[in-house]
Amino acid sequence: MMWIIGVFIFWLLAYFLNVWLANSAWHKTRIVKLAVPAIFGITILVVWEGLVRGLAVPAVILPPPSMIGARIMQSLPILWGDLVQTFVKGALSGYIIGCGAAVLTAILIDRSPFLQRGLLPVGNFIAALPIIGTAPILVMWFGFDWHSKAAVVVVMVFFPMLVNTVQGLAATDSMQRDLMRTYAGGYWNTLFKLRLPAAMPAIFNGLKIATTLALIGAIVAEFFGSPTRGMGFRISVEVGRLGLDMVWAEITVAALAGSLFYGAIAMIEKGVTFWHPSQRG
Amino acid sequence: MLMMTRTLFPILTVIAAIMLIWYAASVGMNKKWTYDQAGRAGVEVSFTEMVADTWAQERPVLPAPHQVVAELYRSTVQKNITSKRSLVFHGWITLSATLLGFVFGTGMGILLAVGIVHNRAMDMGVMPWAIASQTIPILAIAPMIVVVMSTVGATDLLGKETATALFGYQPAFMKGILPKAVIAAYLSFFPVVVGMVKGLRSPDHMQLDLLKTYNASKSRTFWSLRMPSSTPYLFTSLKIGMAAALVGAIVSELSAVPLRGLGARMLTGSYYGQTIQIWAALFAAATMAATLVAGIGWIERRSLAKMGMTK
Repeated sequence: MMWIIGVFIFWLLAYFLNVWLANSAWHKTRIVKLAVPAIFGITILVVWEGLVRGLAVPAVILPPPSMIGARIMQSLPILWGDLVQTFVKGALSGYIIGCGAAVLTAILIDRSPFLQRGLLPVGNFIAALPIIGTAPILVMWFGFDWHSKAAVVVVMVFFPMLVNTVQGLAATDSMQRDLMRTYAGGYWNTLFKLRLPAAMPAIFNGLKIATTLALIGAIVAEFFGSPTRGMGFRISVEVGRLGLDMVWAEITVAALAGSLFYGAIAMIEKGVTFWHPSQRG
Repeated sequence: MLMMTRTLFPILTVIAAIMLIWYAASVGMNKKWTYDQAGRAGVEVSFTEMVADTWAQERPVLPAPHQVVAELYRSTVQKNITSKRSLVFHGWITLSATLLGFVFGTGMGILLAVGIVHNRAMDMGVMPWAIASQTIPILAIAPMIVVVMSTVGATDLLGKETATALFGYQPAFMKGILPKAVIAAYLSFFPVVVGMVKGLRSPDHMQLDLLKTYNASKSRTFWSLRMPSSTPYLFTSLKIGMAAALVGAIVSELSAVPLRGLGARMLTGSYYGQTIQIWAALFAAATMAATLVAGIGWIERRSLAKMGMTK
């Protein structure tokens, strides 16, 4: 009972603190902008911990955050091994191959309006499909190790990336292209000096969408078969053994990896497309 | 006619090219099995015999398109739709979970977006998390949700007794629907929140000021200005949410009990090497996704046209 009352009081305090901060004169400062979501997040963790303890929820249903934290600390080598298997070997290699292939394909079909009119609708259509369903097929073709996961990731990121790049390559207007022509800039000069730089905002948009897809693809593909390591493997095995603290630990690592991956791409975007209005703030 | 030659012809060409590559690939990938079988039987196969065999194997590495179509026909038209071997049955299991989750997820998402737009504390506290959550592979929690909800016993839409009392029997789709719907709802929730917040904020200062000069109340501003101008954003996020909900339902079927639905068809297919079955389930899922998204697109065009907002 003490836990529940304590949690309730904490929640009330945090709530009023947040309302006060958000409506105070400093709500536009950087610190408050970081503090408000941080307080919200901490409140959720505290309420979670308190309710699980106060209501005596069994750990096989919902482990408290403290237990998950302890599990992460104890299992760092396992978590690291799973991260390398799933993220570095599976997701990252598939991401690089898939996005690279999509950009090259986009540049190739960009020369032919006929192919563009044909491939773009098909690509858009495929991008909306549950491509994750190809995972069992690709696991059969490429085996249980990371190659099949990378293949799933390639298929998943290819079409969103293709569509975005083709759109980006169309971003220049005829004035700019005419200027390149008056400079006697040939196709390749125009491509590298004008059209690819102008396409960067769209390309990075695709790259950012693809980060999440890559992790999802690599994890879900492991549900269809994997060697005895990897995040998806660990999740499905520990769920079967009701080791939910380990599942939550893997999910925490996946969330961190996903956010960092996205953040890294966003940082690169900031450097590459510094000229774009959305980056000048 | 111009439209036809401008877009339809290229699209058909691309599809024809894909078909060609597919048939060629299935020859390339299946011929090892054909030659192995022939070698074991001690017979020579000619090239045409080999090609014919690669397109007609029972468990090919890559089934030819016509095999997939034949399997789709067999498992939809030629099977009783209540049979466990009918794709209509499995498709309906997936579809019902998707729709239930989609309705709840988008409903909650819209409500949260309304709260975020009207309450600055919520905006500053929740919005960063909603955006960050889109970079997280949420789908990874699917197996856990399924198992935890089965442990608690919350898997059926209505209990067996309630359903029997109401309908005289428990409809098949109600069994084990809840965990799948929860995951589908969860996946469609965040895109809708982010999209709707954008949409509800899309009226510019001029329009908001105009309503202020009319002395319009907050709720009046909401219903007469914010809600209508958010409609295009609503439909965009509904499309994303629908696709996400379907993926969520399919992936949660990998660990759900009883093993039913399109995701389960893929899983059992991969256990038993039934490649044609996997491809048929994949095509059924793709058709379902395309139909659902196209359906929303149709409603979008109709309502935007009625509201005078066509681009």
